[in-house]
Amino acid sequence: MPDILADLLLGIGILFTLAGSLGMLRFPDFYTRLHAAGVTETLGMIAIVTGLMLKTESSGTLVRLVFIGVFMLVTVPIASHALAKAARHGGVRPALREEE
Amino acid sequence: MIAAAAVVLVVSMAMVLVRALRGPTLYDRILAANHMGSSAVLLIAVYGFFDGRPEFLDIALAYALINFIATIAVLKYFAYGDLGAAGVREERNDA
Repeated sequence: MPDILADLLLGIGILFTLAGSLGMLRFPDFYTRLHAAGVTETLGMIAIVTGLMLKTESSGTLVRLVFIGVFMLVTVPIASHALAKAARHGGVRPALREEE
Repeated sequence: MIAAAAVVLVVSMAMVLVRALRGPTLYDRILAANHMGSSAVLLIAVYGFFDGRPEFLDIALAYALINFIATIAVLKYFAYGDLGAAGVREERNDA
């Protein structure tokens, strides 16, 4: 049962990682690309790390995985926020729809 | 499924690399570099499990720390032109 759950979580992580990269490749301007990358990265990372947690028996490995998960859960949104703020102050404008 | 995760992470890193090479603005490239670092952390962890050597997680942890600091440092350098700047200027000028 934990094996099925682990594979399911890894599958979810794969899906989100792929979706985020695809969005980063295809979206029209910087802020949408930041959205695609930051959001999917957080969730995909949690899914993959949790899936790996279910696959291990050693408690040391588990603790390291928890550290990686918590640390990235904190730093990925902070980095995204810093990037958005830097881009706004650096003069990158979002691509808006033309109003008539 | 672990092998599939490793393959997908490599493919995703290749796609992000295309964005880093093509990105019209500087910030696209920094975002791509940051994203590649995070994917590398996951890839190191997943590859450790794939190879049966979870000790790789220590390397992944160190890589995550370096990746975050590097992103913030590069952003600060391009915002202020100086890594030692106190960093209180922009609220007054641009708001």
